[in-house]
Amino acid sequence: MKYLEEFRDPDLARRLLDDIARITTKHHVLMEVCGGQTHSIIRNGIDRLLPDEIEMVHGPGCPVCVTPLETIDKALEIASRDGVVFCSFGDMLRVPGSGRDLFSVKSTGGDVRIVYSPLDAVQIARDNPDREVVFFGIGFETTAPANAMALYQARQEGLTNFSMLVSHVLVPPAIRAILDSPTNRVEAFLAAGHVCSVMGYEEYYPIAEQYGTPIVVTGFEPLDLLQGIKMAVLQLEEGRAEVENAYQRAVTRGGNVPAQQMLADVFTTVDRNWRGIGAIPRSGWALGAGYEAFDAAERFTVTDIDTVESPLCHAGEVLRGTLKPDECPAFGKECTPRTPLGATMVSAEGACAAYYLYGRFKELEATP
Amino acid sequence: MCLGIPGKVIEITGEGVTMTGKVDFDGIVKEVSLAYVPEISIGDYTIVHVGFAITQLDEKAALETLAHLQEIEAVAIELDPGAALAAEEAIAKGDE
Ligand code: SF4
Repeated sequence: MKYLEEFRDPDLARRLLDDIARITTKHHVLMEVCGGQTHSIIRNGIDRLLPDEIEMVHGPGCPVCVTPLETIDKALEIASRDGVVFCSFGDMLRVPGSGRDLFSVKSTGGDVRIVYSPLDAVQIARDNPDREVVFFGIGFETTAPANAMALYQARQEGLTNFSMLVSHVLVPPAIRAILDSPTNRVEAFLAAGHVCSVMGYEEYYPIAEQYGTPIVVTGFEPLDLLQGIKMAVLQLEEGRAEVENAYQRAVTRGGNVPAQQMLADVFTTVDRNWRGIGAIPRSGWALGAGYEAFDAAERFTVTDIDTVESPLCHAGEVLRGTLKPDECPAFGKECTPRTPLGATMVSAEGACAAYYLYGRFKELEATP
Repeated sequence: MCLGIPGKVIEITGEGVTMTGKVDFDGIVKEVSLAYVPEISIGDYTIVHVGFAITQLDEKAALETLAHLQEIEAVAIELDPGAALAAEEAIAKGDE
């Protein structure tokens, strides 16, 4: 398939690996921010094929993993109400709240529906004027343009039975928060390619400069990842800290301008709590001026939320890159994709799920 | 939610915020919004996230990247066979 197979060529991958081995002289810690990239790295065994000196740590770029527990509990409460149709992307359904998840709300009679696009939720609202249709609008900068368009259309049409529970998160402030952390070990970042397709990579220049940290915009196929890793390692070896683009076929410096205009129109930048990580200043988007009426958090007053995280779960450390999933004592024991204790074990982008799915168990590795 | 893969635009209808089209992902055809890629044409490739095309793939840039990778000299460094084997196993597991 075009643009896919070529970027999975094993011969070229081997050459890139040789090249990386050739330029590497010391230990480096690299973080891929995006959970989609984490899965690609683990699925293809890239972290194991790299020279021993290069350590890949996995970042917080898993939207369902970082959605605040309080927001999930709020979603669960709204979804259980009579007269509500609660629409969500599928990977949100198994994310544990304080004690239950959207699946259990659905199985106990809640009208919870999985949609592929937020526009599907708008259509459900048009088709069901007597029901309150709520969409769970989460995600990074990649998902935000879609959610913004759903809100824009709902407002254009004057839909009164549609609202959104919005909890968007942004990559650049998260990178800053990781670099600011006293326990940080990350020396270079692979920036999430598709986030940059939307936003461009202008925002990363001040970060690279201020922290002296290389940032390389990177795609998702094995060759893309290896090329991004190679460029980052080369910068570290040469003592440079620049922003580079290893994903030129999909990312331009300015990004997608029509999408950015829509985002600016619909959303406003706010401080946001990240599950497992904590509050990060100006790291999220919420509904902006003119869209207040579509705010599900306002429309449905939810009080008395008492959030409880599993005491066994170390997802916060996993999301910050200070703990590998297989180092969590509950990994593969109390916690599996069927019985997840943390959101990182659920999502298609969660690091714990990637390690589980691709058989990364410490015991197995220990046997010679 | 963020696993965008490339697809080929095979049909375009409407314009502005209602510009939509059919995108072929290796045989699976999906109806997607093209509102954010207004310059796209039939036959172009795009990456789609939750029903929205977010970027148009640049064929010239793709070919340049591949050409650049071809130029890397194939030096014969013995890869750790254990690591390669483990990776293959991981891939095989993932395919199940
Ligand atoms: S393995 Fe499970 S319990 Fe451990 S950090 Fe990951 S999600 Fe939490």
